[in-house]
Amino acid sequence: MSDLRTIKIDGVEHDVPAEYTLMQACEEFGNAEIPRFCYHERLSVAGNCRMCLVEWEGAPKPQASCALQVKDLRPNRDGSPAHIKTNSPLVKKAREGVMEFLLINHPLDCPICDQGGECDLQDQAMAYGRDFSRFEENKRAVDDKHMGPLVNTIMTRCIQCTRCVRFITEVAGVQEIGLVNRGEDAEITTYLEQSLTSELSGNVIDLCPVGALTSKPYAFNARPWELDKVESVDVMDAVGSNIRVDSRRDAVLRILPVVNDDVNEEWISDKTRFVWDGLTRQRLDRPFVRENGKLRQAGWDEALALAAEKLKGDPGRIAAIAGDLCDAESMFALKELMGSLGVQNIDCRQDGSLVGTGSRESYLFNTTIAGIDRADAILLVGANPRLEAPIINARIRKRWLEGGLDVGMIGEVADLTYDYDHAGETAADLVNFSRASTGFAAALKDAENPMIVVGQGALVGEEGLALLSALGNLMSGPNFAREDWNPFNVLHTAAARVGGLDMGFVPGEGGKSASGILDAAERGDMDTVYLLGADEFDASRLKNSFVIYQGHHGDAGAHVADIILPGCAYTEKDGLYVNTEGRVQMGMRAVPPKGMAKEDWAIIRALSAAVDRVLPFDTQSELRDQLVEKHPTFGALGYAPGAVASTAFDVSTLGKDGALSSETLRSPVADFYMTNPIARASNVMAECSALLDGPTLAEAAE
Amino acid sequence: MVRVKQFIRGALLLEFVSAFGLAMRYFFRPKVTINYPFEKGPLSPRFRGEHALRRYPSGEERCIACKLCEAICPAQAIIIEAEPRPDGSRRTTRYDIDMVKCIYCGLCQEACPVDAIVEGPNYEFATETREELYYDKDKLLENGDRWETEIAKNLAMDAPYR
Repeated sequence: MSDLRTIKIDGVEHDVPAEYTLMQACEEFGNAEIPRFCYHERLSVAGNCRMCLVEWEGAPKPQASCALQVKDLRPNRDGSPAHIKTNSPLVKKAREGVMEFLLINHPLDCPICDQGGECDLQDQAMAYGRDFSRFEENKRAVDDKHMGPLVNTIMTRCIQCTRCVRFITEVAGVQEIGLVNRGEDAEITTYLEQSLTSELSGNVIDLCPVGALTSKPYAFNARPWELDKVESVDVMDAVGSNIRVDSRRDAVLRILPVVNDDVNEEWISDKTRFVWDGLTRQRLDRPFVRENGKLRQAGWDEALALAAEKLKGDPGRIAAIAGDLCDAESMFALKELMGSLGVQNIDCRQDGSLVGTGSRESYLFNTTIAGIDRADAILLVGANPRLEAPIINARIRKRWLEGGLDVGMIGEVADLTYDYDHAGETAADLVNFSRASTGFAAALKDAENPMIVVGQGALVGEEGLALLSALGNLMSGPNFAREDWNPFNVLHTAAARVGGLDMGFVPGEGGKSASGILDAAERGDMDTVYLLGADEFDASRLKNSFVIYQGHHGDAGAHVADIILPGCAYTEKDGLYVNTEGRVQMGMRAVPPKGMAKEDWAIIRALSAAVDRVLPFDTQSELRDQLVEKHPTFGALGYAPGAVASTAFDVSTLGKDGALSSETLRSPVADFYMTNPIARASNVMAECSALLDGPTLAEAAE
Repeated sequence: MVRVKQFIRGALLLEFVSAFGLAMRYFFRPKVTINYPFEKGPLSPRFRGEHALRRYPSGEERCIACKLCEAICPAQAIIIEAEPRPDGSRRTTRYDIDMVKCIYCGLCQEACPVDAIVEGPNYEFATETREELYYDKDKLLENGDRWETEIAKNLAMDAPYR
């Protein structure tokens, strides 16, 4: 960074780092605005749109500022620094010429284009376009391509910037879009008219500077200016991607990423982006009570009174399970309520994991997502980041593309979009791996910044604890836990999990864990089970118990419920979520709750009054104050602890000694598009999921 | 002297006669009032009356749901919802104008890129209830069908000045 060069930008001298491109230099130092179509900060430089031309005084032609670096500039013959002009008449004329060429084949269909109102070409044509066309020949037309159920293509609008090609090859890691032919025949194509298979494919919609790639589910729905925009946090996985929820009246119409370099950069997964149509289907919008085996609509008072009656029994025969999409406030309220009733059977780990009772480091993604950029060896144990957290997978791939990263994996073989050494399939293979001194095992031992990522699939039950203990032994080497580096990472899949563990939503003294609760319920030893949006288990095991289901979608839990208390989905309530790194982020309400539904913490507060155990808060901010008072980690918004306490973190305390399982470690995410009640209610997700199973019968018969 | 003049004028009823003359003059002139509703005054081709949604000669509705009229409407009287029609084209599923909110400024007509929404020459659409003035897409298209000849003529007459 210390290599500074002096250049003149628009007549003013600046000392600019040599590795900057002219575009970066002009924007950062010269306060100039440079138009561009093909250039994107997070993709490689293509330099093919020519919109970013600037004048280099003395050079024969204008220069593409995205592709020319400061160090490429030579001083003038008299030794004075090179002079870059960003707003000279030559530059304006050059850009107007480029714009005229771009518009030659661009259709004038802005009124029916979904990009209208947020289109780079539209905006820049206002600055550099003519108000008439000199082109009198026929415009070219291009056949639309099939890109699957998410991306709509209107290829005549394409200006061949190749951002989508570069994104799909570089970031998403699947070579499924390309540019074929030359000149006027150049086309963006999916080669075989296949659907995109990447979990990040929706991002090409944001990248496309024109309306060639648009969102299929959002097609013709709304204009950007009529949407209410709320910045929030995603709950589809435990990454906690920053999102912007666009809504009109009371419907969420689309979800877009918000840039956060520490979490999701500027990508979001397809599930995050397209799940919104599930928010209007299968909704629980009023309380229900089961009568004679059938659910019937009820009022709030009736439902709460009945629920309260059921919660007044023997606390040993009452249990509560919190689901994967809950906000921290509602889990905290439920924990306090159960605590006041003396109930010890509470758990937020509905998948049967037992991890998360030790220090905070023992269940966080300690390296942090941004820390992946520094890693030089990554061991994945029972994790398939591509399905469990596509954003983290993209980050690993980005690091892998830079070179100098070894990846090893123990678990089921999968296409992760980067090469890895497959060191075994079962937890028992870890023993051999730790003894090995060649291949990836050696690379991991010698690595300066090693990472071990354990997936949820590997952490279920007692075997999970045994695996953790074995990993603790593996990490006892000197290069592992250091002051500035914590190599141990748990890759969570549930957005609510870390928050639940942080506040101790785990079995109390003598209490049963989630699998224990289900076993007891099956035996008939559990009178009442309170499900807070918990659906990811075999709900039929609860049929011998009285089930109170509080949630937003009619899914597995609601089907066995005896009382349904309608709550809010993540777009309908303010709430705190803690991502897998331990980063506390605040989700914001974008639309009002559906029907008679209420915010989840408020339902539990009302229920507490019905059982005469009034919880000591009346507003959400009072609740938050108490949450932060008892669990201070919730007070630090946007902060991920990372390696802060890594010296105090003793890897030997991880897990519990036991026999390592010899079953194949499988990712808990079998179907990426169907991991939660909202996604299962979504038509778009169902369409994507159907594509995973291969071609449909009708196509196969052709 | 003044008094004498006044006396003569009064005695000869000169003022009465001149007023009578004036009345008679107007009595024989053509009338300025018209016998509405049997007679109607002339309208400019730019007259901004009741809204109508037009169709192409093929019968295809013009409106493509670009929502520019909704965006520009200063009274926010227009509400549009759209989705892809089965044939893939962009069309409205809902096009409502609240004629009570509307201030008849004509900006919707100006904004329309396909001359779909126009303010036609009809000004006789008073109703007995407020609800009847909440126009939906069917009503607007029906207006378009009914007034198409007039609207097309008016647009053609106004075209040279645009």
